Amino acid sequence: MPLLNQPVSLSHYLLVGAILFACGIVCMATKRNAIGVLMGVELVLNGAAVNFVAFSAPFLRGDAELALGLDGHLMTLFVIVLAAAEAAVALAIALCYYNTHATIDVDQGDELRG
Amino acid sequence: MINWHTCFFLLFATITCAFAVAVVVSANVVRMAVCLIASLAAVSGLYFLAVADFVAAMQLMIYVGGTLVLLVFGVMLTARGPFVSMKITPANWLMAGLAGGALLILLLCAATSVDAWKTAAVAASAPAAEGGHTVAPIGMALLGIRVDALEQANPALRGGIAGYLLPFEIVSVHLLVVLVGAAHLARARRRRRPAEAVPDASRSA
Repeated sequence: MPLLNQPVSLSHYLLVGAILFACGIVCMATKRNAIGVLMGVELVLNGAAVNFVAFSAPFLRGDAELALGLDGHLMTLFVIVLAAAEAAVALAIALCYYNTHATIDVDQGDELRG
Repeated sequence: MINWHTCFFLLFATITCAFAVAVVVSANVVRMAVCLIASLAAVSGLYFLAVADFVAAMQLMIYVGGTLVLLVFGVMLTARGPFVSMKITPANWLMAGLAGGALLILLLCAATSVDAWKTAAVAASAPAAEGGHTVAPIGMALLGIRVDALEQANPALRGGIAGYLLPFEIVSVHLLVVLVGAAHLARARRRRRPAEAVPDASRSA
């Protein structure tokens, strides 16, 4: 593996971001609990945020003048804030779903009704 | 000499990835929440190592201290008796695993494709340069003044160095809308008694 005998660089951070993203996608696809699906969404957004922070550090890459700098940090902050807001609304929807269906299993929500 | 940067990076990265996989694998939703808390806290450690001090502190406060507490509240409010574990069929696991694995391989190929990304600019033992004071520049950028790029000689590039005042205001209004919307969605509804079921033609729903 070419990455194991080198100091920590951008590719290492992108690897972590990729693993977080893939875990989030599989979590969203396989969980029957609505809260579990929301945890998958959080993992996906964190994977993207790790990418933003990694690209903004100039000392992690060979072409340091192409680093995002403060722009990467600000994008990450907006991603974090929007993810928190989306989690709040999604949890409110999950609560409504639980109140109407008496279960949190998303497989039981297979009818379109008011 | 021990390269502490690499050492701590490997520690935080292992914790992050291991607990992320644990979120996917575990069937108990409370265990998933705890594993997610550990994973996101380790991601904050990765941010500190990348000299993103303000973002790392915000990750701890907002994610670990806010969003995940909210998720745990959601878990408690939607629990029915002992936490039932809802299992999915092995066929579903296979399909999701194939899709996730293909996506992971694609992302790994993309992450290791650019040579400039695989070599660090500074030597492995050097500390992470001048950095770690991003709070004031981020605050000024959110007010519209980019103190990290005050002058740009090339007029063609001047438009790209913009402040973040408009996104800041938009996100503020967005948070207000989200709070009102979530409170309205999750409001307690008065249960309608059978005597009130007589329809009144003038009353709207």
